[in-house]
Amino acid sequence: MWQATLSTILTLAIGLPGAYLLAHYNFWGKSILRAITAIPFVLPTVVVAASFTSTLGPNGWINRTLITWLDLETAPIILNHTLWAILIAHVFYNTTIILRLVGDYWTLMDPKMIKAARCLGATQFRAFLGITLPLLTPAIVSAALLVFIFNFTSFGVILILGGPIFSTLEVAIYRQTINFFDLEMAALLSVIQLICTLGLTILYARLSRKTHRPLQTNRLPSIRRQQLNWKKRISIVIVITILIIVLVVPLITLAFSSVYKFEPDRGERENISTGFTLNYYHELFVNRRNSIFFVTPIETILFSFRNAVITTLSALAIGLPATWMLTRKTRLTQLLEPILMLPLGTSAVTLGLGLLLVFSRTPFNMRTSSLLVPLAHTLVAFPFVIRSLLPSWTIINPQLRKAAAMLGANPIQIWREIDLPIIGRAILVAGAFAFTISIGEFGATILLSRPEFTTVPMAIYRYLSLPGALNYGQAMALSTILMIFCGTSIFCIEAIRPNAISEF
Amino acid sequence: MLEIIDISKSYESMEALNQISFSVAKGEIISILGPSGCGKSTLLSIVAGLTIPDTGMIRWNGISLTSVPPHLRNFGLMFQDNALFPHRNVYGNVAFGLKQLRLDPAAIDKQVSAILNMVGMKDLANRDVLSLSGGEQQRVALARTIAPKPRLLMLDEPLGSLDRNLREQLLHELRQILTKLEQTVIYVTHDQDEAFAIADRVAIMNAGQLIQIGRPRDIYEHPVSTFVARFLGLTNILEKSIVSVDKSNGVRISEKSLIPVSQPPPKHMKNPRILVRPRGAQLSEHGTLSGILAGISFRGALVDLKIIVSNELQLKFEVPTPSLIPKVGTKIKLELPSDASIWIEDDSL
Amino acid sequence: MNIASKTIIILASFTSILSLTSCDNATSEPQDSLTLTIMTHDSFAVSEEVISSFQEQHNVKVNILNSGDASTTVNLAILNKSEPLADVIYGIDNTLLTRALDNDILEKYESPNAYDLEKEFLLDTQQRVTPINYGDVCLNYDKSYFNANDIEIPDSLQSLTNPDYANLLVVQNPAASSPGLAFLLATIGHFGQEQYLDYWLDLKNNGVKIVENWETAYYTEFSGSSGKGNYPLVVSYASSPPAEVIFATEPIEEAPTGSIVADETCFRQIEFVGILNGTSNRMLSEAWIDFMISKPFQEDIPMQMFMFPVNTEAELPLEFIEHAQLANNPSIVSPEDIDTHRENWIKSWSALMLN
Repeated sequence: MWQATLSTILTLAIGLPGAYLLAHYNFWGKSILRAITAIPFVLPTVVVAASFTSTLGPNGWINRTLITWLDLETAPIILNHTLWAILIAHVFYNTTIILRLVGDYWTLMDPKMIKAARCLGATQFRAFLGITLPLLTPAIVSAALLVFIFNFTSFGVILILGGPIFSTLEVAIYRQTINFFDLEMAALLSVIQLICTLGLTILYARLSRKTHRPLQTNRLPSIRRQQLNWKKRISIVIVITILIIVLVVPLITLAFSSVYKFEPDRGERENISTGFTLNYYHELFVNRRNSIFFVTPIETILFSFRNAVITTLSALAIGLPATWMLTRKTRLTQLLEPILMLPLGTSAVTLGLGLLLVFSRTPFNMRTSSLLVPLAHTLVAFPFVIRSLLPSWTIINPQLRKAAAMLGANPIQIWREIDLPIIGRAILVAGAFAFTISIGEFGATILLSRPEFTTVPMAIYRYLSLPGALNYGQAMALSTILMIFCGTSIFCIEAIRPNAISEF
Repeated sequence: MLEIIDISKSYESMEALNQISFSVAKGEIISILGPSGCGKSTLLSIVAGLTIPDTGMIRWNGISLTSVPPHLRNFGLMFQDNALFPHRNVYGNVAFGLKQLRLDPAAIDKQVSAILNMVGMKDLANRDVLSLSGGEQQRVALARTIAPKPRLLMLDEPLGSLDRNLREQLLHELRQILTKLEQTVIYVTHDQDEAFAIADRVAIMNAGQLIQIGRPRDIYEHPVSTFVARFLGLTNILEKSIVSVDKSNGVRISEKSLIPVSQPPPKHMKNPRILVRPRGAQLSEHGTLSGILAGISFRGALVDLKIIVSNELQLKFEVPTPSLIPKVGTKIKLELPSDASIWIEDDSL
Repeated sequence: MNIASKTIIILASFTSILSLTSCDNATSEPQDSLTLTIMTHDSFAVSEEVISSFQEQHNVKVNILNSGDASTTVNLAILNKSEPLADVIYGIDNTLLTRALDNDILEKYESPNAYDLEKEFLLDTQQRVTPINYGDVCLNYDKSYFNANDIEIPDSLQSLTNPDYANLLVVQNPAASSPGLAFLLATIGHFGQEQYLDYWLDLKNNGVKIVENWETAYYTEFSGSSGKGNYPLVVSYASSPPAEVIFATEPIEEAPTGSIVADETCFRQIEFVGILNGTSNRMLSEAWIDFMISKPFQEDIPMQMFMFPVNTEAELPLEFIEHAQLANNPSIVSPEDIDTHRENWIKSWSALMLN
């Protein structure tokens, strides 16, 4: 438990300044940085683990550089399977959730609140603790809930980096189902898991009812280009540097691995054959084994992209009305809110199995339909969509809608003129989440997809399931392509910006 | 005493403030008056320490505040739309500043109830601020701002969003409270009635410039420019209608109309214009100004007249109500006192 | 451009991409040929020409249904017993065999091509499954490490508890990984049910590292792979060294790794194919099984799935002959024992090793 607390604090400590930065400043490369922060979400955990090892592992480049520079005998940084590794992994994965959910909410906060506090004699720190933090609570709690349930249920990377000691209920369920075929036990555990999720969500709903306030902002978020003094400049640079170290360096290492020869040495340890190569990329297009399941990277990317687009559209199509319903506080919606979060409490594998069982039988027989995959992705993405939309949507001052209605706007016009501009960013965030989740999802995909149609993560796993430098290199190359593809897609999604909330 | 010295500030290419200097004496209420976007709020923000000026400095009792952060200045700032903390109740909002002083809870309690009492909100201490009416929110915001006993109180359009009746009532209360506290105040508004009603001195700003500063009456009697005059509702400005100059008596604006004004215009004025004050004129057969009555409105002891003097010129006057009120469309004559008209600078260019 | 027209453009481009990539061509198959559905685990692979020859010969379209790993595949088949998902199931291995047989999901069939298979592969006396391929899970070692440090390569399971090999071995969690389970079974087969936990305690004290899956063990922790980990001994397959040669970046003569195939250090995984109960394509299913055991398919197995063919007539590729070693005496645990005790073994192991 304290480990979860520690990692939450660490993630907040890195995520909040980042969120503030992205919410309040314009700087060169901001959209690129934003897009990059989404990438950890899509990368297969095994690849991330590999990239962490080649960065920070005992033979990772940081350690080897330090050994060479400082003339050491052994690696100075030993992170594997320690608490640190888990914390770093948490930060790597969760920072993006904080950045997005909290950052976008933050832009809606009235900067006068802080100014007022400062004029009342509060130091910057006390103003942050007393005003900013409580006002951001809904978004932070929302993000924390996602992170927590996500970790609680399925988070492969924790398992991989942390070692099997850190197994979760999710893993237990998986084992009961798959290894022991003890479905009763698995069902029992699943129910426990669902109840826990339900409990957490109800707790959250209570908390949020207490903390949700209209932020009194009738104005739209704007980013003021400020005259920066050196103090601010330095702190901005520090925050960006930390973000880059945490989020970008492992990714760059990964990209680097894809163009660097990895021949494991056969003779002396020092004589590792090195050099740059584009072989791995080239090799992606070669069907060496003449396998019927060979797919070119372009085909897998197109398939992944198609799934992601369907997922994004359908998750938003279901998520928007659902969230709209949740913003009306009635008894029914209070009951519904936790239930809508349930897909999060179910692991992707369980979800995939369930879908498979339902859709393998008449009358729903669509086992061979390629729509099954985006359907599963939609289910996985759905809670994220709701969590992204809800905080911003709830703070819309109801007066605004009434005012618009009095001015003769019909409900659709109200939605278009009032709701949409205010939650526009949140919709983009939700869409980006759905998109990345679909691109990166693996557990359910592998059960539901047909081998001819391979998503990118599946193709990566396929390479990694065989030994050999070429396979490793191709996995890295494909991961790099996935990274670039995902980064570009998010960049484009977020470039669609409703005019009303444009930043100058 | 607060001294504002040579403050300039620009955002991107837009100049928000241009070399603003004035000072506020202890216990003085000074009102900054100007149209929206003239830089009033930026100036407050700079005085509060929330915004760093490009040039210039702020001094308090002769000591520069340049390196003093906002929370140590002990200046209170009440925001345009209150900026009440939505997650705290009335008590929590008012107590916030006192808590920063690390007073003990009993003392805070005492002060908060005293202040809530003063603003007439003592029964609502535990109310959620979002459930309050506009006027109540305004009172809470005022209470919150004055609670830590700031050396300087700054109010940014404090009554801006309220309806007229409430505004007048609160304005009255506000003046009483401020006077009682002997508070040094900067009061920002775009409403001249408000400014004149509350301030010892009024500073008029336009487009980042300080145009005129002085006591309300002085400003009203002697606006320095056409901007000030128009902003105060003085619209009788003669621009191109002067037909000829009559050295001893004034200027002639039509064949039959003469406006008494000192001659020649002051030398320092680049674009001198004549402002005709609406007060002091009288309906008279011997009047030097004649024209056709275009409109009349009855206000009791006075009537407002609108007179078409020539094709381009329409003037407004307020005159003592005559026994026989002339009809619209008839020709009338007005007699103006010799000091009715002054020269002012045209700064509208 | 206002938001509405932006949205329209975006939606339009999405739609066009969707139509471009729409790949529901399963429905657009010509209806004159039959379809045979094979349910397999996700490691199944076959080369183009081998499968086309079968399709042409029988005028059938073979539809491969991937169903996750081997356990999931078997479980799914059991769960859908009443309404089978496929005609044939491939990928049942000896650790799952009893589960499949006891749940009565298979129809009996004895392929005429399976007459002279080794006895060790024929694990079902009622011929409900036919063995197709096998492979040894065994320790792989990093040759350069053992050369450079002048250490003997371990020659038995027991020797791994020797201080010389302290902190050198990485294994997979048997609860999550199939080679991990296989290695656990090897130790159980060698030391027996009573003693295997003592052995694992010794391994634990000797610094064995446990990770979640093969990919992590091999690519992140093992020093002999491209991932450049820190452990020169890993639980992998006998086919891994040839794979290192086949998938080298530049052609190499000698594999960078080797397998340890000393007596009772390996566990042999045997994979079976069977006809699902209730198939409507019995004849074609039989033909498929005959095909899988026939020489062309069997010779395709090593390069496609990195396993060894059960048919002794099948010739191995050169890389396998040169670089692969098979155990003469693998450690043996019967499928019935595995099925009965698996849960218990894994639980006891987890209780000991993961705390």
